Amino acid sequence: MISTTPRVPVAELARETGWEVKAQGACRGEQCVPLPAGSLVDGRVDLPAFAERTGRPLLHDAEHGLWSLGPQGGGRAMTTAQAPDLLLPTLTGEPFPLSALRGKKVLIAAWASW
Amino acid sequence: MDAGGAQAAARFAADVDFPVVVDSSHRLGELFGVVNVPAGIWIDEQGVVVRPPETAYPARPTFADIDLDDPAVVASLPAEAVSRLRMVQPHLARMRLDPEAYVAALRDWVAQGAASRFVLSAQEVLERSRPRPLEQAQAAAAFALGEHLHATGRSDAAIRWFRESHRLQPDNWTYRRQAWSLVDPSQGPTEHYDGDWLSDVQREGAENYYEPLDLEPRLA
Repeated sequence: MISTTPRVPVAELARETGWEVKAQGACRGEQCVPLPAGSLVDGRVDLPAFAERTGRPLLHDAEHGLWSLGPQGGGRAMTTAQAPDLLLPTLTGEPFPLSALRGKKVLIAAWASW
Repeated sequence: MDAGGAQAAARFAADVDFPVVVDSSHRLGELFGVVNVPAGIWIDEQGVVVRPPETAYPARPTFADIDLDDPAVVASLPAEAVSRLRMVQPHLARMRLDPEAYVAALRDWVAQGAASRFVLSAQEVLERSRPRPLEQAQAAAAFALGEHLHATGRSDAAIRWFRESHRLQPDNWTYRRQAWSLVDPSQGPTEHYDGDWLSDVQREGAENYYEPLDLEPRLA
Protein backbone atom coordinates (compact mmCIF):
# COMPACT_ATOMS: atom_id res chain seq x y z
CA MET A 1 0.00 0.00 0.00
CA ILE A 2 1.40 3.37 -1.07
CA SER A 3 0.50 6.54 0.84
CA THR A 4 1.49 10.18 0.52
CA THR A 5 0.93 10.68 4.25
CA PRO A 6 1.90 8.70 7.36
CA ARG A 7 -1.62 9.23 8.72
CA VAL A 8 -4.08 7.38 6.49
CA PRO A 9 -7.88 7.44 6.63
CA VAL A 10 -9.30 4.31 8.28
CA ALA A 11 -11.44 3.55 5.20
CA GLU A 12 -8.37 3.57 2.94
CA LEU A 13 -6.43 1.29 5.28
CA ALA A 14 -9.37 -1.11 5.47
CA ARG A 15 -9.73 -1.19 1.69
CA GLU A 16 -6.04 -1.80 1.11
CA THR A 17 -5.21 -4.18 3.96
CA GLY A 18 -8.48 -5.61 5.33
CA TRP A 19 -7.69 -4.18 8.79
CA GLU A 20 -10.41 -2.18 10.56
CA VAL A 21 -9.12 0.37 13.03
CA LYS A 22 -11.27 1.40 15.98
CA ALA A 23 -10.50 3.26 19.19
CA GLN A 24 -9.29 0.12 20.98
CA GLY A 25 -7.04 -1.17 18.20
CA ALA A 26 -6.87 -2.78 14.79
CA CYS A 27 -8.81 -5.91 13.85
CA ARG A 28 -8.93 -8.24 10.85
CA GLY A 29 -11.44 -11.03 11.25
CA GLU A 30 -10.85 -12.65 14.64
CA GLN A 31 -7.41 -11.13 15.03
CA CYS A 32 -7.06 -7.86 16.98
CA VAL A 33 -3.99 -5.91 18.08
CA PRO A 34 -3.98 -2.90 20.43
CA LEU A 35 -2.54 0.35 19.05
CA PRO A 36 -0.65 2.92 21.14
CA ALA A 37 -2.65 5.87 22.49
CA GLY A 38 -2.95 8.63 19.91
CA SER A 39 -2.75 6.25 16.92
CA LEU A 40 -6.24 7.19 15.77
CA VAL A 41 -6.99 10.91 15.38
CA ASP A 42 -9.81 12.39 13.31
CA GLY A 43 -10.42 9.12 11.48
CA ARG A 44 -6.78 8.74 10.50
CA VAL A 45 -4.39 6.01 11.59
CA ASP A 46 -0.72 6.47 12.40
CA LEU A 47 0.92 4.25 9.78
CA PRO A 48 4.23 3.65 11.63
CA ALA A 49 2.35 2.46 14.74
CA PHE A 50 0.05 0.24 12.68
CA ALA A 51 2.99 -1.24 10.75
CA GLU A 52 4.96 -1.98 13.91
CA ARG A 53 2.05 -3.66 15.68
CA THR A 54 1.02 -5.80 12.70
CA GLY A 55 4.54 -6.94 11.73
CA ARG A 56 4.57 -5.12 8.41
CA PRO A 57 7.52 -3.16 7.05
CA LEU A 58 7.02 0.53 6.30
CA LEU A 59 9.45 2.16 3.89
CA HIS A 60 9.68 5.92 3.46
CA ASP A 61 10.89 7.77 0.39
CA ALA A 62 11.51 11.21 1.88
CA GLU A 63 12.48 12.81 -1.43
CA HIS A 64 9.12 11.95 -3.00
CA GLY A 65 6.96 12.08 0.13
CA LEU A 66 5.87 8.44 -0.11
CA TRP A 67 5.29 5.67 2.40
CA SER A 68 5.02 2.02 1.38
CA LEU A 69 3.40 -0.50 3.71
CA GLY A 70 4.52 -4.04 2.90
CA PRO A 71 2.87 -7.37 3.68
CA GLN A 72 3.33 -9.12 7.00
CA GLY A 73 6.79 -10.65 7.37
CA GLY A 74 8.15 -13.49 9.43
CA GLY A 75 5.80 -16.22 8.18
CA ARG A 76 4.73 -17.32 4.75
CA ALA A 77 3.33 -15.42 1.76
CA MET A 78 -0.14 -16.82 2.45
CA THR A 79 -1.51 -16.65 5.99
CA THR A 80 -5.00 -17.96 5.18
CA ALA A 81 -6.38 -20.23 2.45
CA GLN A 82 -9.40 -17.94 2.10
CA ALA A 83 -8.80 -16.00 -1.12
CA PRO A 84 -8.28 -12.27 -0.50
CA ASP A 85 -10.79 -9.81 -1.87
CA LEU A 86 -8.61 -8.92 -4.82
CA LEU A 87 -9.96 -5.98 -6.82
CA LEU A 88 -8.23 -5.21 -10.12
CA PRO A 89 -9.29 -3.36 -13.28
CA THR A 90 -10.19 -5.11 -16.52
CA LEU A 91 -8.42 -4.18 -19.77
CA THR A 92 -11.01 -1.43 -20.26
CA GLY A 93 -10.66 -0.13 -16.72
CA GLU A 94 -13.78 -1.45 -14.97
CA PRO A 95 -13.12 -2.71 -11.45
CA PHE A 96 -13.40 -6.51 -11.28
CA PRO A 97 -13.59 -8.17 -7.86
CA LEU A 98 -12.29 -11.73 -7.59
CA SER A 99 -15.41 -12.46 -5.53
CA ALA A 100 -17.52 -11.99 -8.70
CA LEU A 101 -16.40 -15.52 -9.63
CA ARG A 102 -17.62 -17.09 -6.37
CA GLY A 103 -19.54 -20.29 -7.13
CA LYS A 104 -17.16 -21.23 -9.95
CA LYS A 105 -13.76 -22.85 -9.91
CA VAL A 106 -11.13 -20.20 -10.63
CA LEU A 107 -7.69 -20.56 -12.15
CA ILE A 108 -5.71 -17.37 -11.67
CA ALA A 109 -3.20 -17.49 -14.53
CA ALA A 110 -0.49 -14.93 -13.80
CA TRP A 111 1.40 -13.76 -16.87
CA ALA A 112 3.18 -10.68 -18.22
CA SER A 113 4.21 -9.09 -21.49
CA TRP A 114 7.86 -9.05 -20.46
CA MET B 1 1.49 -8.74 -13.57
CA ASP B 2 2.77 -5.90 -15.65
CA ALA B 3 3.70 -2.32 -14.86
CA GLY B 4 2.94 -1.63 -18.52
CA GLY B 5 -0.74 -2.03 -17.63
CA ALA B 6 -3.54 -2.62 -20.09
CA GLN B 7 -1.51 -1.08 -22.90
CA ALA B 8 1.13 -3.79 -22.61
CA ALA B 9 -1.34 -6.61 -22.03
CA ALA B 10 -4.12 -5.91 -24.51
CA ARG B 11 -2.56 -7.43 -27.62
CA PHE B 12 -2.02 -10.72 -25.81
CA ALA B 13 -5.59 -10.90 -24.51
CA ALA B 14 -7.70 -9.71 -27.42
CA ASP B 15 -9.61 -12.90 -28.17
CA VAL B 16 -10.13 -14.69 -24.88
CA ASP B 17 -13.48 -15.59 -23.31
CA PHE B 18 -12.44 -15.39 -19.66
CA PRO B 19 -12.01 -12.29 -17.47
CA VAL B 20 -8.65 -10.54 -17.81
CA VAL B 21 -7.56 -8.13 -15.10
CA VAL B 22 -4.53 -5.87 -14.99
CA ASP B 23 -2.16 -6.21 -12.05
CA SER B 24 0.15 -3.24 -12.62
CA SER B 25 1.52 -3.24 -9.07
CA HIS B 26 2.05 -7.02 -8.74
CA ARG B 27 -0.61 -7.59 -6.10
CA LEU B 28 -0.41 -11.30 -6.94
CA GLY B 29 3.15 -11.25 -5.66
CA GLU B 30 2.25 -9.50 -2.44
CA LEU B 31 -0.92 -11.49 -1.68
CA PHE B 32 0.01 -14.98 -2.90
CA GLY B 33 3.79 -14.99 -3.33
CA VAL B 34 4.05 -15.27 -7.12
CA VAL B 35 7.76 -14.92 -8.03
CA ASN B 36 7.82 -15.85 -11.72
CA VAL B 37 5.37 -16.21 -14.58
CA PRO B 38 3.47 -18.09 -15.78
CA ALA B 39 2.06 -19.10 -12.41
CA GLY B 40 -1.30 -20.67 -11.59
CA ILE B 41 -3.43 -20.46 -8.44
CA TRP B 42 -6.53 -22.61 -7.94
CA ILE B 43 -9.53 -21.27 -6.00
CA ASP B 44 -12.63 -23.39 -5.36
CA GLU B 45 -16.30 -22.44 -5.57
CA GLN B 46 -16.31 -21.19 -1.97
CA GLY B 47 -13.35 -18.86 -2.51
CA VAL B 48 -10.82 -21.15 -0.83
CA VAL B 49 -7.36 -21.49 -2.37
CA VAL B 50 -6.75 -25.19 -3.06
CA ARG B 51 -3.37 -24.82 -4.77
CA PRO B 52 -0.99 -21.90 -4.09
CA PRO B 53 1.14 -20.37 -6.88
CA GLU B 54 3.12 -22.86 -8.95
CA THR B 55 4.60 -23.02 -12.43
CA ALA B 56 1.66 -23.16 -14.84
CA TYR B 57 2.52 -23.61 -18.49
CA PRO B 58 -0.69 -24.29 -20.44
CA ALA B 59 1.33 -25.70 -23.34
CA ARG B 60 4.87 -25.79 -24.63
CA PRO B 61 5.48 -22.15 -25.60
CA THR B 62 5.17 -21.67 -29.35
CA PHE B 63 8.32 -19.57 -29.46
CA ALA B 64 10.32 -22.62 -28.36
CA ASP B 65 9.91 -24.20 -31.77
CA ILE B 66 10.44 -21.23 -34.06
CA ASP B 67 13.23 -22.28 -36.43
CA LEU B 68 15.83 -19.52 -36.38
CA ASP B 69 17.99 -21.44 -38.87
CA ASP B 70 15.35 -20.75 -41.52
CA PRO B 71 16.14 -17.39 -43.19
CA ALA B 72 12.49 -16.97 -44.27
CA VAL B 73 11.33 -17.32 -40.66
CA VAL B 74 13.96 -14.85 -39.45
CA ALA B 75 12.97 -12.37 -42.16
CA SER B 76 9.34 -12.57 -41.07
CA LEU B 77 10.07 -11.55 -37.49
CA PRO B 78 11.03 -8.19 -35.98
CA ALA B 79 14.79 -8.03 -35.38
CA GLU B 80 14.25 -7.53 -31.66
CA ALA B 81 12.16 -10.71 -31.44
CA VAL B 82 14.85 -12.67 -33.25
CA SER B 83 17.60 -11.51 -30.90
CA ARG B 84 15.43 -12.28 -27.87
CA LEU B 85 14.62 -15.74 -29.20
CA ARG B 86 18.28 -16.48 -29.89
CA MET B 87 18.93 -15.63 -26.25
CA VAL B 88 16.06 -17.64 -24.74
CA GLN B 89 15.83 -20.74 -26.93
CA PRO B 90 19.07 -22.46 -25.84
CA HIS B 91 17.91 -22.34 -22.21
CA LEU B 92 14.35 -23.52 -22.74
CA ALA B 93 15.29 -27.17 -23.01
CA ARG B 94 16.61 -27.13 -19.45
CA MET B 95 13.71 -25.19 -17.94
CA ARG B 96 11.14 -27.29 -16.10
CA LEU B 97 7.92 -26.34 -17.87
CA ASP B 98 5.95 -29.60 -17.66
CA PRO B 99 2.73 -28.37 -19.34
CA GLU B 100 1.26 -31.86 -19.89
CA ALA B 101 1.29 -32.75 -16.20
CA TYR B 102 -0.08 -29.37 -15.17
CA VAL B 103 -2.94 -29.40 -17.64
CA ALA B 104 -3.82 -33.01 -16.74
CA ALA B 105 -4.04 -32.05 -13.06
CA LEU B 106 -6.13 -29.02 -13.90
CA ARG B 107 -8.54 -31.12 -15.98
CA ASP B 108 -8.79 -33.63 -13.15
CA TRP B 109 -9.80 -30.85 -10.73
CA VAL B 110 -12.36 -29.47 -13.17
CA ALA B 111 -13.92 -32.95 -13.52
CA GLN B 112 -13.65 -34.15 -9.93
CA GLY B 113 -13.83 -30.96 -7.87
CA ALA B 114 -13.03 -31.42 -4.20
CA ALA B 115 -12.50 -35.16 -4.80
CA SER B 116 -9.53 -34.48 -7.09
CA ARG B 117 -6.30 -35.71 -5.54
CA PHE B 118 -4.66 -32.47 -6.62
CA VAL B 119 -6.81 -30.42 -4.22
CA LEU B 120 -4.65 -29.55 -1.23
CA SER B 121 -5.76 -29.02 2.37
CA ALA B 122 -5.76 -25.46 3.72
CA GLN B 123 -2.77 -26.37 5.87
CA GLU B 124 -0.80 -27.65 2.90
CA VAL B 125 -1.70 -24.59 0.81
CA LEU B 126 -0.18 -22.33 3.47
CA GLU B 127 2.86 -24.55 3.96
CA ARG B 128 3.50 -24.67 0.22
CA SER B 129 3.19 -20.90 -0.19
CA ARG B 130 6.60 -19.29 -0.12
CA PRO B 131 8.36 -18.39 3.11
CA ARG B 132 8.26 -14.64 3.69
CA PRO B 133 10.96 -13.53 6.09
CA LEU B 134 11.00 -9.86 7.00
CA GLU B 135 13.48 -8.98 4.23
CA GLN B 136 11.04 -10.31 1.61
CA ALA B 137 8.16 -8.33 3.11
CA GLN B 138 10.46 -5.29 2.82
CA ALA B 139 11.23 -6.29 -0.77
CA ALA B 140 7.51 -6.15 -1.58
CA ALA B 141 7.27 -2.66 -0.06
CA ALA B 142 10.35 -1.53 -2.02
CA PHE B 143 9.01 -2.96 -5.28
CA ALA B 144 5.67 -1.20 -4.69
CA LEU B 145 7.51 2.14 -4.32
CA GLY B 146 9.37 1.51 -7.56
CA GLU B 147 6.20 0.62 -9.39
CA HIS B 148 4.37 3.67 -8.02
CA LEU B 149 7.18 6.03 -9.01
CA HIS B 150 7.29 4.49 -12.49
CA ALA B 151 3.51 4.71 -12.88
CA THR B 152 3.54 8.37 -11.87
CA GLY B 153 6.16 9.41 -14.40
CA ARG B 154 9.26 9.21 -12.18
CA SER B 155 10.91 6.18 -13.74
CA ASP B 156 14.45 7.37 -12.92
CA ALA B 157 13.57 7.51 -9.22
CA ALA B 158 11.96 4.06 -9.42
CA ILE B 159 15.25 2.35 -10.21
CA ARG B 160 16.67 2.81 -6.71
CA TRP B 161 13.65 1.01 -5.20
CA PHE B 162 13.61 -1.76 -7.79
CA ARG B 163 17.29 -2.34 -7.01
CA GLU B 164 16.44 -2.45 -3.33
CA SER B 165 13.75 -5.11 -3.98
CA HIS B 166 16.34 -7.17 -5.89
CA ARG B 167 18.82 -6.87 -3.03
CA LEU B 168 16.24 -7.90 -0.44
CA GLN B 169 14.80 -10.82 -2.44
CA PRO B 170 17.37 -11.92 -5.01
CA ASP B 171 15.44 -15.04 -6.11
CA ASN B 172 12.34 -13.13 -7.23
CA TRP B 173 12.20 -13.22 -11.03
CA THR B 174 9.12 -11.01 -11.37
CA TYR B 175 10.89 -8.14 -9.56
CA ARG B 176 13.92 -8.55 -11.79
CA ARG B 177 12.22 -9.13 -15.15
CA GLN B 178 9.76 -6.27 -14.57
CA ALA B 179 12.46 -3.77 -13.64
CA TRP B 180 14.86 -4.77 -16.43
CA SER B 181 12.10 -4.65 -19.04
CA LEU B 182 11.22 -1.06 -18.14
CA VAL B 183 14.70 0.16 -19.15
CA ASP B 184 15.35 -2.41 -21.90
CA PRO B 185 12.52 -4.48 -23.41
CA SER B 186 14.96 -7.30 -24.19
CA GLN B 187 16.16 -7.34 -20.55
CA GLY B 188 19.79 -7.05 -21.49
CA PRO B 189 22.59 -5.51 -19.40
CA THR B 190 22.17 -1.81 -18.57
CA GLU B 191 23.96 0.66 -16.31
CA HIS B 192 20.94 0.63 -13.99
CA TYR B 193 20.94 -2.94 -12.73
CA ASP B 194 23.59 -5.42 -11.66
CA GLY B 195 21.92 -8.33 -13.43
CA ASP B 196 20.19 -9.04 -16.73
CA TRP B 197 18.09 -11.95 -17.96
CA LEU B 198 20.76 -13.93 -19.77
CA SER B 199 23.53 -13.43 -17.19
CA ASP B 200 21.23 -14.32 -14.30
CA VAL B 201 19.84 -17.43 -16.00
CA GLN B 202 23.36 -18.58 -16.83
CA ARG B 203 24.56 -17.96 -13.29
CA GLU B 204 21.61 -19.55 -11.53
CA GLY B 205 21.00 -22.34 -14.05
CA ALA B 206 18.07 -22.58 -16.45
CA GLU B 207 16.92 -25.72 -14.61
CA ASN B 208 16.29 -23.52 -11.54
CA TYR B 209 14.38 -20.83 -13.42
CA TYR B 210 11.05 -22.47 -12.58
CA GLU B 211 10.42 -24.50 -9.48
CA PRO B 212 9.63 -28.11 -10.41
CA LEU B 213 5.97 -29.03 -10.34
CA ASP B 214 5.11 -31.03 -7.25
CA LEU B 215 1.54 -32.03 -7.93
CA GLU B 216 0.86 -34.84 -5.45
CA PRO B 217 -0.20 -33.86 -1.92
CA ARG B 218 2.49 -34.27 0.73
CA LEU B 219 0.15 -34.20 3.72
CA ALA B 220 -2.30 -37.03 4.29
